[in-house]
Amino acid sequence: MKILGIESASLVASVAVVTDDTVMAEYTANLKKTHSQTLLPMIDEMMRLLEMDISEIDAIAVSGGPGSFTGLRIGSATAKGLGLALGKPLIHVPTMDAMAYCLYGSSSLICPLLDARRSQVYTGLYRFENSFEVVKEQWAADLHKLIEELNARGEKVIFLGDGVPVNQHILEEEMKVPFQIAPAHVNRQRAAAVASLGAVYYRQGRIETAAEHKPDYLRKSQAEREREVAERQGELEKLAAGIVVVEH
Amino acid sequence: MKGNDMEDVYILAIESSCDETAAAVVKNGRTVLSNIISSQIALHTMFGGVVPEIASRKHIEKINQVIEDALKGADMKLEDMTAIAVTYGPGLIGALLVGVAEAKAIAYAAKKPLIGVHHIEGHVSANFIENPDLEPPFVCLIVSGGHTHLVIVRDYGEFSIIGRTRDDAAGEAFDKVARAVGLGYPGGPKIDRAARDGNPGAMTFPRAKVGDNPYDFSFSGLKSAVLNYINHAKMTGEEICVPDLAASFQNAVVEVLVSRTVEAAKEYGFSKVAIAGGVASNTALREAMQHACMDAGLSFYYPSPVFCTDNAAMIGTAAYYEYRKGVRAGWDLNAVANLRLGER
Repeated sequence: MKILGIESASLVASVAVVTDDTVMAEYTANLKKTHSQTLLPMIDEMMRLLEMDISEIDAIAVSGGPGSFTGLRIGSATAKGLGLALGKPLIHVPTMDAMAYCLYGSSSLICPLLDARRSQVYTGLYRFENSFEVVKEQWAADLHKLIEELNARGEKVIFLGDGVPVNQHILEEEMKVPFQIAPAHVNRQRAAAVASLGAVYYRQGRIETAAEHKPDYLRKSQAEREREVAERQGELEKLAAGIVVVEH
Repeated sequence: MKGNDMEDVYILAIESSCDETAAAVVKNGRTVLSNIISSQIALHTMFGGVVPEIASRKHIEKINQVIEDALKGADMKLEDMTAIAVTYGPGLIGALLVGVAEAKAIAYAAKKPLIGVHHIEGHVSANFIENPDLEPPFVCLIVSGGHTHLVIVRDYGEFSIIGRTRDDAAGEAFDKVARAVGLGYPGGPKIDRAARDGNPGAMTFPRAKVGDNPYDFSFSGLKSAVLNYINHAKMTGEEICVPDLAASFQNAVVEVLVSRTVEAAKEYGFSKVAIAGGVASNTALREAMQHACMDAGLSFYYPSPVFCTDNAAMIGTAAYYEYRKGVRAGWDLNAVANLRLGER
């Protein structure tokens, strides 16, 4: 069983081929270059190195969001194109799940943080008892409210993700329970984790066709949010006339 | 060559630059075997125009189905394709990226060459689909919601721009006027329809001349004049005859477009004129251009409306001539939102 992992939810571009118990290759780059220019060349190079043909892949695990809308779609369209051409299934791995899976075996509550701007983070809560456990499914959170929740739980926490450095001062000020920050090799998204957790989900039957797959943004588009405001205020005709409706 | 020139070339083309998700299979550049278009117009109407993020989200939901339908419609398999083509600009960046990433992955996995196509070159090439005798050189007027260009098509994929809009695109002016008189989105077809019951001479709107280049266009002055007319009427409580206004506005746009195009063909000495782009399906423009070309002794070519709107068949046609020239894109092909005509 060979699984190709694809991760492009935020700045990190990462691809990997994972068999049942081995990461055969993983290629991760954390740079400000569009995934459109990096992702497929990275897959191509990895396959050359492995002397493997892409058709030998059994399934494609893709980091399905949340994250940058555009980043997610580049990963998603790449996975969908490969799935269509190869006739292979896709595995939608929630981005926060795959991030948490990087810290397999941790005794702390695992809390990935992805910077969602607008004073929000994408997050989720995970732990290892006997197996990987989703304590609270991924959601878009106000950081201060998330910290309140973590303090109330009273457990030791380990953070990872690009939402950590930008919010470190807030964490240090407001966290009352002990917390750690994951080290460099496991503190960002990794395609090996996407593929590895993807294998678990595959065995649970959580697969989809390439046509069915779409990212899970966890957030509506700005226009839809405006539309909801307009609907509440009875100003739909303004919206249709191209006028921005603001909440008042 | 081993007779390679004689082999049939099948291109699977993908287009997602704005609000239509489209795929097509084109044989030897001119025979369209399938042409699937999934339009999002209804979805964007409630927002008064295309919302880029919503368009991008819809593309990702629809794209595989559209491609599979295109292959099925042509009764062919991916492995039968000679090459994969995709629009990589200009357009909405998020929308373009979906098609580009998808096409690259398909080409990579199916081991097919990849061809990046300029969206506007695609529109021009739409003329080749139903006019087997049309070959460059010719003069082409490209008019859509985002573009107004007057070009000389010197050869396949070789363009000289001789005129362009200095401000609004023609289609943009249609959208804005339609919105102002309450006809809604999309403006082009709505104005076209309303104008059929109106008098094009009822109101006189300015025909802007652009000083230093006789082939450049300007529509913002015309648009402002129409909007002022509407505002004035509203203030004085005067009722606006929408069909008359639509017909008069449309007449002003059409007159400018037709006269510049015909002048250019005469001046540069070309006997063939073509039109392309979404606004090229405007019935008044087609009729006026037809008459003007006939009077001037020029042959006039135009695509059916289905090939004027954004579609992938035109991308497959443009890609065929690129393919024959040996043009190939790499796996790092990126989407370019403001890709200029003639730029590679």
